[in-house]
Amino acid sequence: MKARTLGRHFRESLKSLGRNGWMTFASVSAVTVTLLLVGVFVLIMMNLNKIADDVENDVEMKVFIALETGQEDIDRLENEISVLPGVESVDFSTKEEELTDLILNFGDDFSLYEQNNPLFDVFYVKSIDPQQTEKVAGEISKIDQIEKVEFGAGKIEKLFNVLNTGRNVGLVLILALLFTAMFLISNTIRITIVARRHEIEIMKLVGATNWFVRIPFILEGMWLGLLGSIIPIGLVAALYYNVTVYAEPRLKNEIFQLLEFSPFIYQVSALILLMGIFIGVWGSFMSIRKFLRV
Amino acid sequence: MIQMKNVYKKYSNGIVALNGMNVEIDQGEFVYVVGPSGAGKSTFIKMMYREERPTSGQMFVDGIDIATLKNSKVPLLRRQIGVVFQDFKLLPKLNVYENVAFALEVIEEKPEEIRKRVLKVLDLVGLKHKARMFPTELSGGEQQRVSIARSIVNKPKVVIADEPTGNLDPETSWDIMRLFEQINKSGTTILMATHNREIVNSMRHRVIAIEGGLIVRDVAGGDYGYEG
Repeated sequence: MKARTLGRHFRESLKSLGRNGWMTFASVSAVTVTLLLVGVFVLIMMNLNKIADDVENDVEMKVFIALETGQEDIDRLENEISVLPGVESVDFSTKEEELTDLILNFGDDFSLYEQNNPLFDVFYVKSIDPQQTEKVAGEISKIDQIEKVEFGAGKIEKLFNVLNTGRNVGLVLILALLFTAMFLISNTIRITIVARRHEIEIMKLVGATNWFVRIPFILEGMWLGLLGSIIPIGLVAALYYNVTVYAEPRLKNEIFQLLEFSPFIYQVSALILLMGIFIGVWGSFMSIRKFLRV
Repeated sequence: MIQMKNVYKKYSNGIVALNGMNVEIDQGEFVYVVGPSGAGKSTFIKMMYREERPTSGQMFVDGIDIATLKNSKVPLLRRQIGVVFQDFKLLPKLNVYENVAFALEVIEEKPEEIRKRVLKVLDLVGLKHKARMFPTELSGGEQQRVSIARSIVNKPKVVIADEPTGNLDPETSWDIMRLFEQINKSGTTILMATHNREIVNSMRHRVIAIEGGLIVRDVAGGDYGYEG
């Protein structure tokens, strides 16, 4: 296609947006609402996924060493555990260190125990594959002088369940909204087609190709989608920027972190933009097929 | 130029519009198509630019097989054909110049070529001085001239006219007919459906009469043949 022709198509499609005024506004609004929800949904889901991954990768076993175990035995135990298959690392922590952590995390009330520390010396053990944690824990607990092994069994599964339910509910909601937006766009395009039917008739009579007739409508649909994606991109970016600014210092010491503002927000923006264009182009295709017999 | 062999057309509602039509029209001919309403004239005309497709039979326009022509190739056929209607079919928001140029723009002709050719045909139809006026500011005859200019700006081999004088007063009709004759003299085939007895009887050309989907009369230099 020649550049001149493309220029003409662009002008025609833009003119038509103005001519359809209110329908343009309605379609763009529908796309805006849809994409805004899609954007927020993506932010939430992607971050929950990230958190689940972080948590999953951080599954640590806490291995309690029996009381009255001497330093020699502790060193021997550490070696024994670290050569077990599937063990990535073993870190020793004395009961004094444990208490310090406890006081740090839960307050000075626990400093009472400084007189008579009831805690155990522990190993923090990480398995190479988080999925294998349970098996490795079983192995470790068989060793003598190991009081017990704790790990976050079940918690991860619960998190994934919540994630999946949220994802399904969100997807249904978004699909319904996408259809509404597409329907509105296809109606707008239909109005354009009806308004320009004489022009289309003459174009066809003088030998314009079918694509020449179609392209302005496809472009108009694309504009509707594109315009509808501007506000969502802006709002989602602003929202996420504030969320990250708010959350970053508060999550500093947590095992999980939110996705970094950049490049995540650019990916989300690109997704919103592409979805907008897709909705618009698809919506106009539906009308073209039905009302434009070219 | 145009060949039809046993062309048969049945619409989906069961009406048979053409009932095995045979005709041959040569390059450069001027042909009137006459007959009562509902006889099949319109279908006959519409088939020339593949607005309708034959149900069966063979048909060629400028060597293009109309019966098997793919939808995507229809534009190529229409670039060989100019079409003029009773109701002009001009775009009210475009001025005279733009209405004519439109036909070349949508087939992606070069801008300088468009300008040259549009001015030339506007001169030919005598409307160069009204190029910037809009259709509503023109008389019926002038509007029809614009539509004729649009139909020939693409240098078609054949011009199809469906009742081109149907909306015009007698005086204006003669002007339009003279314009068609002039176009015909330059070698363009003219195929014109008309109800205008006086014109057919005084500007003598080949007359094809259609009744009941069949050609009942085909006479070179014939008369209208129906009572006023």
